[in-house]
Amino acid sequence: MIKLFLSAPLSAKFGMVIIVAYVVLALFAPWLAPYKETAIVGGAYELWSDKFVFGTDNIGRDMLTRLIYGARNTIGIAFVTVLLAFLIGGVTGMLAAILGGRYDMIIGRIVDILMAIPSLVFALLLLTIFGTSIPSLIFIIALLDSTRVFRIARSAAMNVVVMEFVEAARLRGEGMAWVIRKEVLPNITAPLLAEFGLRFCFVFLFIAALSFLGLGIQPPLADWGSMVRESATLINYNDITPLLPAMAIAGLTVAVNFVVDWMLHLSSGLRSDQH
Amino acid sequence: MSSLTKIILQRLGLGLLTLFAVSVIIAFAVELLPGDITQAILGQSANPETVAAFRAEIGLDRPAHVRYLEWLKGILTGDMGQSLANKRDIEDFFGARLSNTLFLGGVAAVISVPLALLLGVLAALYRDSIYDRVVNLTTLTSISFPEFFVAYILILFLSVNIGIFPGISNVSKDLAFGEKLFRTILPALTLTLVVVAHMLRMTRAAIINLLASPYIEMAVLKGTRPMRVILYHALPNAWGPIVNVIALNLAYLVVGVVIVEVVFVYPGVGQLLVDSVSKRDLPVVQVCAITFAAVYILLNLLADIVSIISNPRLMHPR
Repeated sequence: MIKLFLSAPLSAKFGMVIIVAYVVLALFAPWLAPYKETAIVGGAYELWSDKFVFGTDNIGRDMLTRLIYGARNTIGIAFVTVLLAFLIGGVTGMLAAILGGRYDMIIGRIVDILMAIPSLVFALLLLTIFGTSIPSLIFIIALLDSTRVFRIARSAAMNVVVMEFVEAARLRGEGMAWVIRKEVLPNITAPLLAEFGLRFCFVFLFIAALSFLGLGIQPPLADWGSMVRESATLINYNDITPLLPAMAIAGLTVAVNFVVDWMLHLSSGLRSDQH
Repeated sequence: MSSLTKIILQRLGLGLLTLFAVSVIIAFAVELLPGDITQAILGQSANPETVAAFRAEIGLDRPAHVRYLEWLKGILTGDMGQSLANKRDIEDFFGARLSNTLFLGGVAAVISVPLALLLGVLAALYRDSIYDRVVNLTTLTSISFPEFFVAYILILFLSVNIGIFPGISNVSKDLAFGEKLFRTILPALTLTLVVVAHMLRMTRAAIINLLASPYIEMAVLKGTRPMRVILYHALPNAWGPIVNVIALNLAYLVVGVVIVEVVFVYPGVGQLLVDSVSKRDLPVVQVCAITFAAVYILLNLLADIVSIISNPRLMHPR
């Protein structure tokens, strides 16, 4: 594990360090933040000072505190969403590869149609109907994103399903769940892991965009997308405070992209060794 | 009938079928709600009379297929129904919004397409040079940025600090073309920065893919200059994938427009959509959604057809 880390290129190491920093921030938010998440501690839009490092927001909550708690909410919700998307897309994708035939065709056509609608527009339509609560946000985005996961999981599993050992397992009379868990899944973990990073970036930016539009994570929860929206007017007074949460978002996606780049390189390198 | 027209007609048919399926989803997404949308929209205060009146207003009291056919006929004939929020006919304000959005997308496309092609060809020409690496790193970074981040950086520098462009784009119908263009520049520039990165990377990849082919090697071996190799030998064969990339990115523009319009308070369809979602104004959301979806599907269809025409091998699918 340590050897693998040391062999990584500089950009990937940099990315991993940043990701760990974000995770620490998210996990230990209550101990690291100077104030409470939703506490109003000063006047609205106070300037940067010793008391409020990055000033205060539109109703007088400490900006630094909100930034730290934002890591917890924004990353946490995006992470849960991607996990759910992988659960839905991964299982249906592997089932489509194993079962084939009519099941594969029907699910494939449904996914095609769902992917023909721009996902932002589709998400907005569904949010109108179901309302903007966090569970519906997570379910809607996970469902829309699982179409992409389905495609990857299906095409990766297709290559494994035709192998002799899978056939042997089925002839032995192993159940579907066993074949998926013990035969197919271990062999498609590498491409799925790299895809997980990419999907996380996408979902993270997607939720940030929805929150920025006021339709994602709702106040009083601290969240980077809505923080940009709430403090946006400051930009007209040459104050860079609104850029801080936006930078927090960009920093994490850049870091994840660096690591994913390296992982893709690694898995393609391993594949060419086998030839 | 030649095989080319046959394939194109097939794709067109498939596209129309997709569009039909999408319109059904948009029209019936309402039915997905457990319970009833009327209760969800009217909230706790809903008593039986208001619920019944509301259901009649959005037509929930009639059978589903009748409702769908009337809705579709209305959309096609320009009778889009009424907004729930302000009771105005949607077609009264939708047209102006749509033309604003198309204008913004058009300006962004006119700037970004030539720029991306030029920079992409240069990156392929001088690949592995300092220029190529800088381009690679910059585009990778700008792809990871949220659109509103790019937008606010542009506002900070070009509007607040230097003060050449307005940070709010309040265009209207009776504005002269020059003034309208001037006010549209910043949102268009934001979209450009976001799309150019994708297009540039794909253009570069398309050309570099071709540079490995034997006939390019032949051209290099007989002493053709690198610029000529790219422009006369590689580029004509790369047009297919490049046009495909352009169409896909224009389709992306259509959606990217939503966030940029909100940042710059630009009166287009994207902003209308976001406003209507927060008011849960379902008829307006449906009209906006079907418009975006239709443009998106048509551009994807165009990309598909162009790549078939430009690559004869795709005409004979195995």
